[in-house]
Amino acid sequence: MARKLLLNNINVSGIHTFDVYRQHGGYRAVEKALKTMTPDAVVEEVKTSGLRGRGGAGFPTGMKWSFLAKPEGRERYLVCNADESEPGTFKDRYLMTHIPHLLIEGMIVSSFALGAKTSYIYVRGEMMPQIRILERAIAEAKNAGFLGKNILGSGYDLELYVQPGGGAYICGEETALIESLEGKRGNPRIKPPFPAISGVWACPTVVNNVETIAAVVPIINDGGEEYSKVGIGRSTGTKLISASGNLNKPGVYEIELGLPVEEFIYSEEYCGGIANGKRLKAVVAGGSSVPILPANLILKTINGQPRLMSYESLSDGGFVTGSMLGSGGFIAFDEDQCIVRNTWNFARFYHHESCGQCSPCREGTGWMEKVLHNLENGHGKMSDIDLLVDVSKKIEGNTICPLGDAAAWPVASAIRHFRDEFEWHITNSKTAMEQNYGLANYADPLPKLEEAIQN
Amino acid sequence: MLSVTEQKEIEFSADLISKFEEIVTRYPEGKQKSALLPILHLVQAEYGWISPEAMDKIAAFLQIQAIEVYEVATFYTMFFMRPQGKFVLEVCRTGPCCLVGAEKIMHHIEKTLGVKEGEVTADGNFSWRGVECLAACGMAPVLQIGPEYTFYEHLTEESVDKLIENLKNKI
Repeated sequence: MARKLLLNNINVSGIHTFDVYRQHGGYRAVEKALKTMTPDAVVEEVKTSGLRGRGGAGFPTGMKWSFLAKPEGRERYLVCNADESEPGTFKDRYLMTHIPHLLIEGMIVSSFALGAKTSYIYVRGEMMPQIRILERAIAEAKNAGFLGKNILGSGYDLELYVQPGGGAYICGEETALIESLEGKRGNPRIKPPFPAISGVWACPTVVNNVETIAAVVPIINDGGEEYSKVGIGRSTGTKLISASGNLNKPGVYEIELGLPVEEFIYSEEYCGGIANGKRLKAVVAGGSSVPILPANLILKTINGQPRLMSYESLSDGGFVTGSMLGSGGFIAFDEDQCIVRNTWNFARFYHHESCGQCSPCREGTGWMEKVLHNLENGHGKMSDIDLLVDVSKKIEGNTICPLGDAAAWPVASAIRHFRDEFEWHITNSKTAMEQNYGLANYADPLPKLEEAIQN
Repeated sequence: MLSVTEQKEIEFSADLISKFEEIVTRYPEGKQKSALLPILHLVQAEYGWISPEAMDKIAAFLQIQAIEVYEVATFYTMFFMRPQGKFVLEVCRTGPCCLVGAEKIMHHIEKTLGVKEGEVTADGNFSWRGVECLAACGMAPVLQIGPEYTFYEHLTEESVDKLIENLKNKI
């Protein structure tokens, strides 16, 4: 049975309440940190653990924390990014709904480590039920003396608030989130300066994902070194995977990093295989922004090695034959799904969510949506395919924030790996309106590397 | 149907104002603009939409320019700039939900309510629209209904029919 560091008590009745959470070892990490450790010692444990940002970027958390500037006379802030909006991702919703005190405990320990006296949990506005749950849990924690002035007699004060978003995927980008927290439109800022130097109200700020903050609790309880023993290589610890699409058992699974992808998809302990007796056609492994892969390349790397659920293994092959772990939003497509239609759907998403600041993104996402709409509805031209690749290349790297890249990668990768399906939509436009392309050779033995590079 | 240019005189209740004031205490002195999004949510919960009148009153309360409220209210997709149905059904329309039938659910809602996306039923009780990923892909298809954003998962045509019936009984 795989180790669970976050969800070990998820099925305990009442674990969402302070009393039951406390009875099961909750808030021990707060006691340990505030009574026996210095803030710097907490940062060191997180560094040792090898924890990487669980929102999608995978940046080493301890390193991010160590960048926090500490000028005299200026407040520092910790802001939790609970704006979960990456298509395919729903683990933060799950965690906040069922075990909110894990996040609150993580926020207290992390705020202490960073020297923040006021911290915010920025929750997307649509998650109003979760906002209510968190507000209630914060009140419980405060009543019990774990928030407010002089927590546990340690001399440390902390106020924790929940801040709602208003429905904007872009506010999951840390600088846009900060803009939103300041009461403005969610337009990302140019970096540098990084939030660690100038963030909320121009003060040094750290923004971390819900799961990242939650992971601080087992790291402090068991020690960073213990945490680093779980996982594989530079992918230490456990990760919450959100599995969706055409699976028998979609849902949130906590896995030890390094689990083989094939086992994750097919074993009864996890997703239980493809639903309705269908075959696997494609997978988006880490949220809609990461490259889509055909079945043969998600199960094995181009070199024939079994693909593992880890940062390194999913990135093996770069964007030519690989993808990314990203947010862990694992979307499985069966043989009846249309890759062109799905690519259009994602293109519509990014166009809708573009904040509009950067011309390549604002205009480029619109063109990709329009051209893909034509392709899906029988009005495509052969030149459209290379046009889409060209537009995606002109967005990539030319924007203030990664939303542009995130919009470009699904289109570029769909064409790279499924070009024949796109061409079929053009050469057989009438048939394409009535039936799907099917599985073709996407589940067959691996393509040769030369073929893969050609596309 | 209420036209956007029909400005009704509105006065925020004392209860609402005291809620605004509590929110302002969450931020440092002089940073009350951060209360704007929470306040917009409270106003929409109260009136069902964000009118120009309401935006002007919010600006006055926060001591900021009206444009600073307009530009935020129009940026964030949750805020309605026109009156809606009493119940607004918001269905997720993004990729993973579509893999398991979200589009069929939206067609069914359109047929059952008899209005297109964004339109309000003649009795003023219902409107619907597709929204982007609601972060519940494993429980798809899903929909939410404001202002508390009550969540409905694993939707089928039957469960949607039942939901609409239940809502009709609340009117």
